[in-house]
Amino acid sequence: MFVFVIRRLLMLPIVFFGVTIIIVLLMQLLTPAQRAAAYVRSENQANQIPEIIRLYRLDEPWYVQYGLWLGRMARGDFGYSRTTNEPVLTTLRKRLPTTAELALLAILPVVGVGIWLGTAAALNRDGVVDQVVRVMSIVGWSLPTFVLGIWLLVIFYGLLGWFQPGRISTAFAIEMASGGFTTYTGFMVLDALLNRRLDIALDAVRHLVLPVVTLATVQSAQIMRVMRSSLLDALSEDYVRTARAKGLPTNVVNRKHARRNALIPVITLSGFVLIGLINGVVITETIFNYPGLGQWAARAALNLDYASVLGFAVFAAVAVVLANLLVDVLYGIVDPRIRYG
Amino acid sequence: MDAAPTPAFVERRTWLGRLWQAKSLRRFRRNPLAIVGLIIVLGFVVIATIAPLVTPLGRSCIRDLGLTAATAEAYRDVRHPSFWQLMFRTPDSCYRMPRVGFSPIPQNAEASGTRLGTTSQGYDIYYGLMWGARTAFRIGVLVVGIGLTVGILVGATAAYLGGWVDNLLMRFTDMVIAVPALVLALVIVMVLGNSIVNLMIAIAAVAWPSYARLVRGEVLRIKQLEYVTGAQAMGRRSFGIVFRHILPNAIGPVLIVASLDIGSIVLTAAALSFLGLGPELGYTDWGQMISFARNWILGPPGQPLAYWYTSFWPGLIIVLFVLGWNLLGDAFRDVLDVRGHV
Repeated sequence: MFVFVIRRLLMLPIVFFGVTIIIVLLMQLLTPAQRAAAYVRSENQANQIPEIIRLYRLDEPWYVQYGLWLGRMARGDFGYSRTTNEPVLTTLRKRLPTTAELALLAILPVVGVGIWLGTAAALNRDGVVDQVVRVMSIVGWSLPTFVLGIWLLVIFYGLLGWFQPGRISTAFAIEMASGGFTTYTGFMVLDALLNRRLDIALDAVRHLVLPVVTLATVQSAQIMRVMRSSLLDALSEDYVRTARAKGLPTNVVNRKHARRNALIPVITLSGFVLIGLINGVVITETIFNYPGLGQWAARAALNLDYASVLGFAVFAAVAVVLANLLVDVLYGIVDPRIRYG
Repeated sequence: MDAAPTPAFVERRTWLGRLWQAKSLRRFRRNPLAIVGLIIVLGFVVIATIAPLVTPLGRSCIRDLGLTAATAEAYRDVRHPSFWQLMFRTPDSCYRMPRVGFSPIPQNAEASGTRLGTTSQGYDIYYGLMWGARTAFRIGVLVVGIGLTVGILVGATAAYLGGWVDNLLMRFTDMVIAVPALVLALVIVMVLGNSIVNLMIAIAAVAWPSYARLVRGEVLRIKQLEYVTGAQAMGRRSFGIVFRHILPNAIGPVLIVASLDIGSIVLTAAALSFLGLGPELGYTDWGQMISFARNWILGPPGQPLAYWYTSFWPGLIIVLFVLGWNLLGDAFRDVLDVRGHV
């Protein structure tokens, strides 16, 4: 197992190089002056573009540029984000916990509700629960993130006024900016609790409800579907019948014999769920004006802010590779037959 | 299962009837959800086809059809050349939503005199929805076409040549898959610039790897069959074997899987368009219409749902479109799987 993890970690740089090469090749479609924009920090520098091109050697062949770009990245120079008016690396660091808070909170219902309802549906095949879950999963699966998000806002913000977009109410934001609030983790809810401010924590939770629901709906519908069908497959296996014939209680058979085997396809799917979450974060954060990485990337793309979009793309690729590694490790835990030679 | 039908009975069936009775489609026919999906998708095909005839065309569209104010209704006549031009060589200006005034505030159906109201800037929602179906199919079919072509070339080359070519091409494919689709498409549209063509290029660029993998698998399987060895023994050139002997047999399942992707492709396009990285402003495109609605979530004080139509109609039509393709795709994957097991 340990050797396997190490080996997969060695894959990381290969994927990293591949993805960055694709991106740098795409950048060759731009003129050197457009590429130079990634390093412009203020309007005053607009007339220094020829110097910037010379300084960063942006008119060289692509492989030279790629080498230079890698070198700068290694030194922590990802370029300058015009969208947030700070270095790209700073923005990545600042906004990563914000997005992570949203994504982690969304994973819980995705996995929890998805597996729970999928199991319930399969165990009550063709019963009421099953029919309800099947309709839910088909509808949820077909609700695009941006449509669901807008509709939720119309109902729960426009009509009922229960939740607001954004990350925190303005009053609290001003109070936090004026000092007295220590940022420990960057996770708003956790930080508020550590600061012993229950009111801020509750406010943060109120702002998280709609984005989490939006982000989780499509993905949990997928998990529900796969869990249901793979558990149905597992329940019809011979070893399940044997276990029942031995006189084991039904819930032990269901839990230990059937569900454990049924989880394998679900784990495969969860790798895709993570990719789906990264795609979803871009849209969800944009709709709810939630100041995370996704909102930054979408705004940057509109501003033609290349440095920021590239920073986000590299981050996304690394996140996907790490997620796939996690999925492979989970395989080994759920299914001891899988050996990593 | 059934008794052998009499020859006279068989002859009366059309090819469509025979297809419908085919064994592989039996599961499909018995699945009510699949039928619902089929009806929804066919409904959208009808909408896309008749959109020009059921919407009030804009002035620039009429002008580009070569019609004047006096002959503005001539396009409704099948005998008039403008009818056929509108149907098959549609001027680009017809894909722009006509504007009822230029008010930044949405207007409901009564106030604007349109069927479903206008979004901000006076764009006609009904027109956008109907013509949006055309845009959706255009995007879906073209992207699948481009993606398939690239996927088939890459997959077949990798599988047939094998060795380091296979390794190189497939590792490249893996890398493209490793980047989340929306993020890569975002980078491509940003670099190429906003337009419907660039949007399609970007989505095709993220769609081809899965087709390449599929084609490669199929070609590898068929490569083992005797008749390919036979063709090799007869001294046919490699590319002749791939394109004349292997691909025609490998392409069936790939074509089906790819065409079922139209739903998710249109969804990706709408998502990019929602983010502002789609066609130009005013293009009949569902994603853009949803993004217009973003600013009208809150109504004026006292009327919280005043602008409900700006987000409800475009949202509903996207959900229906995706639902139809999902139901259809699910059923077809079932059918294909059954064939795979037998």
